[in-house]
Amino acid sequence: MSKLNINSNGYIFGYSILLTLVCGTLLAFVSETLKEKQSAAILVEKQKFILKAGLGQTSIDGLTGPQVTELYNKVVKVEVVNAKGVAVQEDEAKISTFKEYKKPAADRILPVYVVGKKDNPAEVESFVLPTYGNGLWDNIWAYVAIDGDAETIQGIVFDHKGETAGLGARINDADIQGRFIGKKLAFESSSVNAPDFQKGEGSNYDSDPQKVDGISGATITAKGVNSMLDAYMTLYQPYLSSKKVTK
Amino acid sequence: MSTEVIEKTVKEKEALLSKKRKALVTNPLDSDNPVTIQILGICSALAVTIAMKGTLIMAFGLLFVVVMSNIVISAMRNTIPNRIRIIVQLVVVATLVAALDQVLRAYVYEQSKSLSVFVGLIITNCIVMGRLEAYAMGNRPWDSALDGLGNSLGYAWIIIVIAFIRELFGAGKIFGFQVLSKDWYVANGFFATPAAACIILGLIIWGLRARNGYSED
Repeated sequence: MSKLNINSNGYIFGYSILLTLVCGTLLAFVSETLKEKQSAAILVEKQKFILKAGLGQTSIDGLTGPQVTELYNKVVKVEVVNAKGVAVQEDEAKISTFKEYKKPAADRILPVYVVGKKDNPAEVESFVLPTYGNGLWDNIWAYVAIDGDAETIQGIVFDHKGETAGLGARINDADIQGRFIGKKLAFESSSVNAPDFQKGEGSNYDSDPQKVDGISGATITAKGVNSMLDAYMTLYQPYLSSKKVTK
Repeated sequence: MSTEVIEKTVKEKEALLSKKRKALVTNPLDSDNPVTIQILGICSALAVTIAMKGTLIMAFGLLFVVVMSNIVISAMRNTIPNRIRIIVQLVVVATLVAALDQVLRAYVYEQSKSLSVFVGLIITNCIVMGRLEAYAMGNRPWDSALDGLGNSLGYAWIIIVIAFIRELFGAGKIFGFQVLSKDWYVANGFFATPAAACIILGLIIWGLRARNGYSED
């Protein structure tokens, strides 16, 4: 057999195609094998966020994945409503907040996580409402926990896809999220005003339940948060109002 | 690129861990360190060193990618056409990194989120391509694996030291546990910034070079 010329065009083409096929198949295999584990990890993160918003960070400190799921199943009841606040028959597990966000506001299906007290799950601790919006670079989202009185914010957890590290990405920080605790929703005739991040950072807004100390250098992310909260709290208004009446 | 001589002929019956082979692992830890001497991998050394846990995962990730890609490229080296050798190396490295990213997402989801783009950026880490070009393309798989191990450990200990200092003074914690009590220690926010990593790295480079009598020539 004559010696193969590894620098010929034919060999290079063949080599490239073969290499691409081998690497592509390998990656497809890895991705398929790990898919289930990855979706499980994403689900646990969502449960963690809901518990953290609804019961506070200490409720999940030191818990492993399965323990988080156990606590979640014990205290959280899921309701699904439409923008009129009427319960609808939908499987919560199949609802993607992102896909709903792409629909016109009035057509959205909204999950509500009713979090019960840790020692007495039958008694409502808070209503956790998922929200979705745009930050500076990409999507941002939040789980807002509203107290049993249906108007005081009890906890909030933000997350984002690609906000600037050290600036907009600080919405992940516990101290920023803590600034919302105790602030109140203001119900108006056809909308709800959520507390807003103010311009600048370092001011004291303790006396004003509608104002939250801002994030320096992250004006656009903060504006995104403000409009996301206003838009979604307005959507949840019929649901929250109904809870107010029954109290 | 490293100045080391590429040995093409290895004696047939060399011991599995001969003196020369041990040097492949130990030299990059100190006198031929990829970070302090060759100044490679600086970008991620500044970016991922804010806390120990993420840094350890990053170090492990790089170790996996460098050792595996060195072995694979070394095993393939006689079949790789010279004209497309860089792109072939890149495809192998990218495949390993993409697979690693998937594994991290499945098993350490939170950490993989905080490392975000930096796992993907291992592809462009100069240490990886540097070792492939300088060593794996001309040596046998076992030697290449040792070379990869040495170089990634050389990178690992530097970023771990930086992360230790940054997490300790920047947050008063180690591995997320409070070690400097909040009662008397106010966390120094400066150490949480990449600028602090740059300064610490500079000091390590200075220290190691002074000790080894390194001079630019």
